[in-house]
Amino acid sequence: MQVPDDLRYTRDHEWLRIEGDEALVGITAYAASELGDVVFVELPETGAQLETAQTFGVVESVKTASDLYSPAAGEVLATNPALADKPELVNDDPYGEGWMVRLRLADADAARADHERLMDPAAYRELIATD
Amino acid sequence: MHQSALIDRHRALGARLVDFAGWEMPVQYTGILDEHRAVRERVGLFDLSHMGEVWVSGPGAAAGLATALISDPTRLAPGRAQYSMMCTADGGIVDDLIVYRLADERFLVVPNAANREAVVAALRERLAACDAAVDDASLRTSLVAVQGPRAAELLEPLTDVDLPALRYYALAEGHAGGQPAYVARTGYTGEDGFELFLDWDAAVPVWDALLDAGARLGILPCGLGARDTLRLEAGMPLYGNELDLHTNPFEAGLGRVVKFDKPADFVGRAALERVAQEGPQRQLVGLTLRDRGIARHGYEVYLPDAAVAAGLITSGAPSPTLGVAIAMAYLPPANAQVGNMVEVAIRATRAAAEVVPLPFYKRRS
Repeated sequence: MQVPDDLRYTRDHEWLRIEGDEALVGITAYAASELGDVVFVELPETGAQLETAQTFGVVESVKTASDLYSPAAGEVLATNPALADKPELVNDDPYGEGWMVRLRLADADAARADHERLMDPAAYRELIATD
Repeated sequence: MHQSALIDRHRALGARLVDFAGWEMPVQYTGILDEHRAVRERVGLFDLSHMGEVWVSGPGAAAGLATALISDPTRLAPGRAQYSMMCTADGGIVDDLIVYRLADERFLVVPNAANREAVVAALRERLAACDAAVDDASLRTSLVAVQGPRAAELLEPLTDVDLPALRYYALAEGHAGGQPAYVARTGYTGEDGFELFLDWDAAVPVWDALLDAGARLGILPCGLGARDTLRLEAGMPLYGNELDLHTNPFEAGLGRVVKFDKPADFVGRAALERVAQEGPQRQLVGLTLRDRGIARHGYEVYLPDAAVAAGLITSGAPSPTLGVAIAMAYLPPANAQVGNMVEVAIRATRAAAEVVPLPFYKRRS
């Protein structure tokens, strides 16, 4: 299962790409594979303020609905407009075209330093190996 | 946990395995949508070995089953099958099942995996005074199904059963894939198809033969996920969702299964006659969502602008064939008319849904 080296990961199987004081968020290939065919993604409004671990949306597969949890606090700058018509991008390209939201981090330095909540790739690989 | 004889095949095919009623079974191989479409357009292969197989045999078998079930198996011709249910004395559904008649004194009853033990225990009790034996063969019988418009084309060269002569809800004893088999023209997908009852170990060569011969037809192995979306589109109830001990057949729209005109008294008769007379308290309906979102099992259904829920979703999924979210729900009979608009509570919002006729999907015959 693909776990890119340049991302951070949560226990809830979201990934985070920190770029300056912004971050791109999506769900991991492992999560997408566990869910199966994604058919609907519900995302927050642009401008919404998210707390860490707050539910900010839902991914629905054929079989089940699964909550999305914000990996860090911040403001929603954008959501992926392509997912409305092509939710399958979450399965096909979870780390690329299947991204979900772009956040302005409330505290980018704190997020970078939080290796407990925002795991490094090695720790995440270990997590899914034992899941 | 039980495993089917095909467990190594499932693992080799990369199936996602789940605990289903105490059985480790494939929920999907490549993906539910692909598998669903394979069955609607071509042919799909299912391992259903978790299902129960209970033989009821003897001079008193037909009459005994007529007292144990709400249908009338005495009217079944040998070689034919009927959809039936077992009810409690108060009319609640113990299980829905298929009864196949092999011979005058020989029946095969196929209950759901989750209810197998309850059905076997009740059959033993209800047939105790009959001259009939109840033999639970579930753990020595495999069940493999081929379903889809090309199922007959697939099976024809692999069986000595006369498939063109085998009608819907009929079965014949013969061979499939070189193995002894009962071949039944039944299924749970809304498509033409066959269910093959096999000796436990025979499932492996039969599965291999079907998958091999099916390659040129575009066959896919299909898991329980696709089975669920297929049966939902076909408007078929699932025990535990649409049916349970607190639901009677009339509520589920299956009053036709109850045969009051059979001579035998049967468990549940008095309670069901009362329901038939007074009308059911609630009614199973089909819903198509008009807003975005997917209604799932357990979500509440409201009349427009009402504060109190009028009913609950029993099953719901995005329909791969229709391209909209569909669901089944129980509603008060007064609100169950086709065309009525209701609202489904999906998390913080309410999504509009319309009552539509069941089934959602019917194959062109």
